[in-house]
Amino acid sequence: MFATLAPILFQATLETLYMVAAALVIGTSFGLPLGVFLATSGRGELFESLIFQKTIGPIVNATRSVPFIILAVAIIPFTRMVVGTSIGTSAAIVPLTVAAIPFIARIIEGAVREVDGGLVEAAQAMGARPMQVVTKVLLPEALPGIIHGLTLTAVTLIGYSAMVGAVGAGGLGDLGIRYGYQRFRPDVMGAVVITLIVLVQMVQTSGDLLARKADKRNI
Amino acid sequence: MIRLSEIHKTYPARRGSPAHVALRGINLDVAAGEIVGVIGRSGAGKSTLIRCINLLEVPTSGAVIVNGVDVTALSKRDLPLFRRQLGMVFQHFNLLSSRTVYDNIALPLELAGASKADIAAAVDPLLPLVGLEDKRDRYPAELSGGQKQRVGIARALSSNPKVVLCDEVTSALDPETTRQILSLLRDINKRLGLTMVVITHEMAVVKQLCDRVAVMDGGQIVEEGSVDAIFSDPKHATTQSLLADEFLDFRPAHPVSNPVEGA
Ligand SMILES: Nc1ncnc2c1ncn2[C@@H]1O[C@H](COP(=O)(O)OP(=O)(O)OP(=O)(O)O)[C@@H](O)[C@H]1O
Ligand SMILES: [Mg+2]
Repeated sequence: MFATLAPILFQATLETLYMVAAALVIGTSFGLPLGVFLATSGRGELFESLIFQKTIGPIVNATRSVPFIILAVAIIPFTRMVVGTSIGTSAAIVPLTVAAIPFIARIIEGAVREVDGGLVEAAQAMGARPMQVVTKVLLPEALPGIIHGLTLTAVTLIGYSAMVGAVGAGGLGDLGIRYGYQRFRPDVMGAVVITLIVLVQMVQTSGDLLARKADKRNI
Repeated sequence: MIRLSEIHKTYPARRGSPAHVALRGINLDVAAGEIVGVIGRSGAGKSTLIRCINLLEVPTSGAVIVNGVDVTALSKRDLPLFRRQLGMVFQHFNLLSSRTVYDNIALPLELAGASKADIAAAVDPLLPLVGLEDKRDRYPAELSGGQKQRVGIARALSSNPKVVLCDEVTSALDPETTRQILSLLRDINKRLGLTMVVITHEMAVVKQLCDRVAVMDGGQIVEEGSVDAIFSDPKHATTQSLLADEFLDFRPAHPVSNPVEGA
């Protein structure tokens, strides 16, 4: 029995990892600049832009307050537009990414705001241009917080990916629902749950390890 | 080298706090190679004054002339280039926790786009100058306050500036470390012929480090002169009370008729 379950479980795990990794990478490439800009566009700050603060801030909050499963269904037309279909693993990456962007943006914003303003000032006194302040000071100093935040995002995305699995996206959630629940295979359900727990543990542990390595504040 | 003329600075009103006039007509000349102290009580406007020199604060009116150029007129693009000619040392060091001693000192050069070889050529001799050869690859968290400030000083020197601005650089240090840092600054001034503006609230710092001193009170310079003259014959009540705080045997030779309250 295990012999037949193992390849299916392995396949589902790969799908989950693929969805989460893709959403994390694409989400970060949008969420990171957005978060930095959210943290630095206030009055008297590096890239002062009150219009941005007043428009993007509320949009980010609005996206974050929609429950993920509602968001995933609501943006189906958009998903179709981007990938051509709304079912399958690749299609699931779209709602996952859309959910990840504001999540990551707020996390990056928080981590960047934690950086001591004295360091920004010191860099400006040395003749740093605004973008250099970001790349040489804000991001390196915020790195431990950013890694913590991205770890949290990855764990959340693993949970979300199980939800999109329920609407036909493949992955561990799909496996759990189709075999474990609908075909009443408690062994499959058990295996899916354990795999999810192990995945989350592994992500959390390696994230913590990386963050600690990056943190030079307490040596 | 530096000329401040009729500098006024008003911090605009914000939610809950009214507008605040921090500087009211500052005139100050600093000659090349000179160490000028600016002393005053908390809130006198000292930090605002020094931050106007490298335009971390933009004066509300007045001119900041450095090397013959009115730098208040510089464009956003040119401002960083001007700032690279000045070094600044801070009370709380402001070192990057994510960078080693070497990389902190290298930062101003990195910002200016210097090559790895040029950076090494500038940073390597600075380590022994500030006594940190053995801490090259340490992180700030592994250093004492005095060592951190040595890194701060080396960093201010690495881009080879002509002027170094020091804002309360010994206020977070104990008396013995303060003496070491002050003599290091004095030594650097002599060796490199640097011009320095030194903010402090301690007359002892002025005495050990400065050639000239300006006394500030309420956003104005109330007395100015050579350190010897100010110590031997302080005219203004603020100067006298600052001296009396630290030098217990101090008695003004010419007491002012109308001393400020509490002095
Ligand atoms: N960014 C700011 N916004 C509003 N008011 C400010 C700001 N910075 C300073 N001030 C005010 O300007 C006055 C002068 O401040 P400044 O920091 O120059 O004083 P200081 O002489 O350096 O004092 P200290 O010895 O405490 O450092 C103070 O009353 C302060 O509250
Ligand atoms: Mg101050």
